Amino acid sequence: MRAAIEFFGDFFYLLLDTLRAIAPALSSGRGRHLAWRNLWIQMNRIGVESIPIVSLVMFCIGAILAMQIAPEFAKFGIVPVTADVVALATFREMGPLVSAVVMTGFGGAAIAAEIGTMVVGEEIEAMEAMAIDPVRFLVVPRVVAGLLMMVCLTVVGDLAAMFGGLVASALLLHLGSMQYTHHALGILKVGDFLTGLAKAGVFGVLITAIACFLGLKVRGGAEGVGLNTSKTVVFTIVALILVDLIFTSVFFYLGV
Amino acid sequence: MPEPLIQLQGISKLFGDRMIYHDLHLDIFPGETLVILGASGSGKSTLLRVLMGHVKIDSGQVLIRGRPLHDMDRRELDSWRKSVGVLFQTGALFNSMTLRENLALPVREHTDLDDQTIDLMAQIYLQLVGLREHIDKLPAELSGGMKKRGGLARALMMQPRILFYDEPTAGLDPISTAQIGELIMNLKNKMGATSVLVTHDMQSAFHLADRLALLFDGKFAAIGSVEYFRTTTDPLVRQFVDGRLDGPFLNPSDQCSYKAELLGRKTDEVPHGKKTT
Ligand SMILES: Nc1ncnc2c1ncn2[C@@H]1O[C@H](COP(=O)(O)OP(=O)(O)O)[C@@H](O)[C@H]1O
Ligand SMILES: [Mg+2]
Repeated sequence: MRAAIEFFGDFFYLLLDTLRAIAPALSSGRGRHLAWRNLWIQMNRIGVESIPIVSLVMFCIGAILAMQIAPEFAKFGIVPVTADVVALATFREMGPLVSAVVMTGFGGAAIAAEIGTMVVGEEIEAMEAMAIDPVRFLVVPRVVAGLLMMVCLTVVGDLAAMFGGLVASALLLHLGSMQYTHHALGILKVGDFLTGLAKAGVFGVLITAIACFLGLKVRGGAEGVGLNTSKTVVFTIVALILVDLIFTSVFFYLGV
Repeated sequence: MPEPLIQLQGISKLFGDRMIYHDLHLDIFPGETLVILGASGSGKSTLLRVLMGHVKIDSGQVLIRGRPLHDMDRRELDSWRKSVGVLFQTGALFNSMTLRENLALPVREHTDLDDQTIDLMAQIYLQLVGLREHIDKLPAELSGGMKKRGGLARALMMQPRILFYDEPTAGLDPISTAQIGELIMNLKNKMGATSVLVTHDMQSAFHLADRLALLFDGKFAAIGSVEYFRTTTDPLVRQFVDGRLDGPFLNPSDQCSYKAELLGRKTDEVPHGKKTT
């Protein structure tokens, strides 16, 4: 119990430190170009690799949703409403969550392993010995990249899912693509889109912050790196779902 | 006697239930080269970490120019760390960066020098440690000794007046060892650098040291000049310096309990000599 409290305490300290370090890291004169270059590298590493997978997975999920829902609606003769449900489910829920899970596997695990290996190789200590703050130098670019790329990924994923639903509807449900698009656009409000993206941004921070945190916590050689890498994936997925629940409750309560 | 640069006053430190320092005292004076001797696992590397403020101690205090290390704020601690060049036991180069980038990093972070100047400095320091032709290699492409020399070059980039070396010559060939020794000597003579040097290599220890300190059982069992370490009859010092098998470091009775352990018997008698790991 005490260990758990300490664990969360440490994690929130890291989050706070990170938030505090973001502005100075990206704006102060010294080493600024380094910070921006680092951010660019991390955005490529964390996000770009995930794009094809997110597209594929979300395309499939869109198609699956359409096929699961349509038979029920067919009983009431409202097959076109399938598009409404696919759109809402995707933009509000599946898009951010599934993209986040994919990014956890790609980016989160890679970050934890990388930083953990740096701990084992005395690299973090060397950094501190040179008065370079690992939070500013390692954590900030990863967390900011996580936030930005998660939002981008979610947009890509949302579109892929809608396209998947459209293809399935056209081929299997005899729902014309014009009708599908019309319905989807009709039901979606700006709020659906924005709440999805807000969640995505928070997920991006969560994924990268947990990965950095557990990476920095690695002790004892290669074994420790492996242990904390798998911990990262499990913890992150649990955390994503919990935060999702909290967000959804708040949105539900507020009616957005 | 000048004012000490660094003072360790009554340092104690526990790792789990293992006490690695127990009321440790040491003064380090400006301009001197202090060699720290001790068995593997006796806490030499950790001592350098304590001096850098990486490891929290349980009691006692570290004074830097009279100022307690634990009272320092971020800025003060950073300026202390910037003034010290540290060569880690494995070199601790950043594996994702080439030698060139490794050397450039601290200077880029802490100065406004332009990239060309920084690059020139990197080349000069790599030349100094004999690695200039490897400037664009990643650490993974270098041997252990080369990594160590690369780490030394990086430590020198900020032109520190204080240097900590953790086993700088362990695992190096005799010629590289002599080169590093020469380099350390030059830094001391030409720049008046203060050095704390951890080493097992008695030959370079005697060659480079102004004073030596032998870490044993959580304390400095002996602190003295080269002359003292060469001539004293203190059994602990003699055993370590001469590399003898018998003596306080590994008591023969230790081996008895080890034998008994292997044979599964209970060991009643605890030897007074401390086992070294
Ligand atoms: N972070 C740590 N946690 C627990 N034990 C440690 C830690 N760092 C070092 N130790 C232990 O402290 C002892 C001294 O380590 P070290 O300073 O590396 O020894 P040396 O450099 O003299 O070989 C070793 O037994 C090591 O296992
Ligand atoms: Mg050591």
